Amino acid sequence: MTPIATQFKSLFSGELASLLLVLATFWFGIYLNKRFKLPLLQPILVSLTLVVLFLNFSGISYATFFAQSHLLTFMVGPSVVALGYVLFEQIENFKGHIGSILLSVLVGCIVAIVSVVLTAKALEADSVLLASLAPKSATMPIAVQLSKNAGGVPELTIAFLVLSGLYGGLIGPSILRLAGVKSKLAIGLSLGAASHAIGTARALELGAIEGAASGLAIGIMGILTALVLPLLERLLY
Amino acid sequence: MIKGLLLILMFYWLGEAVSVLINGFIPGSVIGMLFLFGCLMLKWVKPGQVRETAKLLTGNMALFLTPASVGIMLYIQPLLQAIVPIAVAIVVSTTLTILVVALVQRFFETRAKRKQYAK
Repeated sequence: MTPIATQFKSLFSGELASLLLVLATFWFGIYLNKRFKLPLLQPILVSLTLVVLFLNFSGISYATFFAQSHLLTFMVGPSVVALGYVLFEQIENFKGHIGSILLSVLVGCIVAIVSVVLTAKALEADSVLLASLAPKSATMPIAVQLSKNAGGVPELTIAFLVLSGLYGGLIGPSILRLAGVKSKLAIGLSLGAASHAIGTARALELGAIEGAASGLAIGIMGILTALVLPLLERLLY
Repeated sequence: MIKGLLLILMFYWLGEAVSVLINGFIPGSVIGMLFLFGCLMLKWVKPGQVRETAKLLTGNMALFLTPASVGIMLYIQPLLQAIVPIAVAIVVSTTLTILVVALVQRFFETRAKRKQYAK
């Protein structure tokens, strides 16, 4: 190949190309979400699907893509720190309910961990799978760290997070209707606690109070899971 | 913007430092979040100093998480091999979690309302 051809080829496989790929597919996902208003049509899913298709089609390995999109992945850490500000802002809106919010999410956190581990154990899942499943209701960066610490596979945990997010975001509001729950605070908290960001996206569609409560629940659930899971692990497996 | 980013990265660094000291028991970013929250409550940090940067970061979390989610594909084989326990466990656990959180929260709200009427 001539030098100019080599340079031209690298335009399609470098860091710049990877960032463009993620941004363009994500933006397309936002457009589709606005256009069709389907709860399943989350930008992250659209982007994920298109990126996977593109990588398969172009023959670029997943490992190369990870290395080249590290800039975006690094930003996850600071954005978790920034949730401290969101928590501060919302704590003002939920005065008088703080005790019950903390308690209901704490009970939910214990139920989430115990039920997923015991069900999977009854169906003969191995210990690596259990460790990867246990933090599935916490926000992604926390869940990934907890999964690593307990000997799980972080990438599997991410898959479980996406699956529980989709299930709760899609079916959650119907479950709550069947159970006769009308409190906006209770609806928002439960969707955020069980299904993190995807549940919160759905909660925001239901209303502003539901959305705010759901965002708050993501933070509390994440922190509580980080504190409770290492203690429960010893009892469960 | 730069001040906000500097503060957030400093809290992140402090969180990482504490995380190392406690053997990674809690992720550094989560400890950083608690530090930021605590300093805002204590008014050591003014909300206006971090608002812009914090909104920008938290408003785009799904974007930052996209490259990592592509990692599902590397583990598609083990995922498909154990699909029954995985699917059943996730459906059972997510349903229970939604119900428990909503019902506990509703119980406390109803109780608080009854107390108000009793007065």
